[in-house]
Amino acid sequence: MEEPVQNERAPVIEPGYTLGSVTDKISSIVLTRPTSDSWFIGFGVMFLLTMMLLFAMGYLFVKGVGIWGVTIPIGWGFAIVNFVWWIGIGHAGTLISAILLLLRQSWRNSINRFAEAMTLFAVASAGIFPLIHVGRPWLAYWLFPYPNTMRVWPQFRSPLVWDVFAVSTYATISALFWFIGLIPDLATLRDRSEERWKKIIYGMLAMGWRGSARHWHRYETAYLLLAGLATPLVLSVHTVVSFDFAVGIVPGWHTTIFPPYFVAGAIYSGFAMVLMLAIPIRKIYKLEDFITERHLQNSAKVMLATGLIVAYGYGIEAFMGWYSGNRYDAFLLWNRLHGPYSFFYYMLLICNLGIPQVLWIPKLRSSPVWLFLVSLVVLVGMWLERFIIVVVSLHRDFLTSSWGMYYPTRWDWMTYIGTIGMFLAAMFLFVRLLPMISIFEMRTLLPEAEVKE
Amino acid sequence: MKRAKVYGMMAEFDSVHTLLDAANRTREAGFKKIDAYSPFPIEGLAEAIGFHHDEVPLVVLIGGIIGGLTGYLMQYWISVVSYPVNVGGKPYHSWPSFIIVTFEMTILFAGIAAVFGMLALNGLPMPYHPVFNSPRFAFASKDRFFLMVFSSDPKYQPAEVRSFLEGLHPRSISEVPD
Repeated sequence: MEEPVQNERAPVIEPGYTLGSVTDKISSIVLTRPTSDSWFIGFGVMFLLTMMLLFAMGYLFVKGVGIWGVTIPIGWGFAIVNFVWWIGIGHAGTLISAILLLLRQSWRNSINRFAEAMTLFAVASAGIFPLIHVGRPWLAYWLFPYPNTMRVWPQFRSPLVWDVFAVSTYATISALFWFIGLIPDLATLRDRSEERWKKIIYGMLAMGWRGSARHWHRYETAYLLLAGLATPLVLSVHTVVSFDFAVGIVPGWHTTIFPPYFVAGAIYSGFAMVLMLAIPIRKIYKLEDFITERHLQNSAKVMLATGLIVAYGYGIEAFMGWYSGNRYDAFLLWNRLHGPYSFFYYMLLICNLGIPQVLWIPKLRSSPVWLFLVSLVVLVGMWLERFIIVVVSLHRDFLTSSWGMYYPTRWDWMTYIGTIGMFLAAMFLFVRLLPMISIFEMRTLLPEAEVKE
Repeated sequence: MKRAKVYGMMAEFDSVHTLLDAANRTREAGFKKIDAYSPFPIEGLAEAIGFHHDEVPLVVLIGGIIGGLTGYLMQYWISVVSYPVNVGGKPYHSWPSFIIVTFEMTILFAGIAAVFGMLALNGLPMPYHPVFNSPRFAFASKDRFFLMVFSSDPKYQPAEVRSFLEGLHPRSISEVPD
């Protein structure tokens, strides 16, 4: 007898669980676990930050975008930096839920639910920025084509209009994907609730799901097709975001490397956010059996791979600055390395290219503390990348006479930090009110669920 | 005198295998109107209860085609017919620029068709359904598996169905009122 090859990787789900115990463990977090004081404190702080966001936006609506640091030549300041940063973070959720489903990576089953929630809240945070950045936000609906008495229509040769369609489609499909994933679990919560009002609320949301074989069959078909649709969609969204830049003729924007480099950067920062959320969640809610070392390791490997693609993007940008022979492109490179914002460029290289390479060491890759810190560094680095792309490219372009500097104001910071607060407040509510791990998909991973021929 | 209406006879099973086996044997015994309930999707169960026609892919295809056509024709009509604007000397009908929005609209309509088509074909939302009258049925969303023979089946005779289901060794059998 030949010895079977030992699989040394950590399991996707620790052994010993049954259909019943998986169900109880995840649903009890929502149904019976008392709400802790630290939850209230955490949610309260994030709620206050959300209020700060609303205050900053309210003041913006009263005074106008002059309260921000945006000036000519830097017309795209924090708003666009933060928009690209947030929408990029969202991409990891769709990658986990759709692309890994198509690739039959069953380890995704325990992290897809909250990664999708993360996507939804990140897209919501992202969506705020272009809308309040338009100057007259009460007319933001002009972005959509609708019959109007002015008899004007959007101009469909503009990437900014493409972006409206890409982001709104992305938000809609992400919400639908998340919701249909929730339906069977909402039915579980309906059947497990003790209190009548909970039964009614979860019951209405579950829409009468009863787990019929006919329903499951159509459900799986729809879910798979939706994953197949979301896969090209998610790749298209950051591609279109990069077109916002690449179609312009500004040095540092007008490059063909942008779409793949943006998509890789999006997934890079998104997995960093997934890890930053998963590591505390699995600790606090004692879900180490479901979100195992394997998940952390795999996420770290995705970060390493996408980080190297991003590094390739930086390399090509620098190379083309020299190889193109274009003096403005060459100057951009010089300005990044030696200009007034050079500190941020070096920080970017350290955060995105330097520090994450520690993940090559298996021991650090499986250490939650290290992963958490590296993820934080990557999120900062990816924010700096968008800052470099937006601000450094714009502040010194063709004519020396039109050079300028960009200094964010307190309102810029309040808006940015406010969206982080809103994002985390929504995550706090999500983990309290909905099953943060897909219960029915976890059931399919158990040995009991195997169909033997 | 009219008897209380019955929705069907329900048998409860412990495992995927006993349910699959029971579903296959029930279908082979000639029962046509049957259904099975499980806490997660089971490969082969739909075939076992005799369900073959899944229209969801067709709905999604139609949704995608409508979305793509809507996206492209909308841009064509706006840019060429209703509001022609000369942008950098590009033709009014600059089709390469229209690809992105056409693509996004295809995905949007197909995705909406997938979700709402699936729900509509499943008859959801459905606030009331007789299967929930069975007190054991709450475990169908946890760790139990159920097989149902509907009373609308032409072969449905309460005593015979019950003895047939008993032969499948379920954990329990109950008659579900309508």
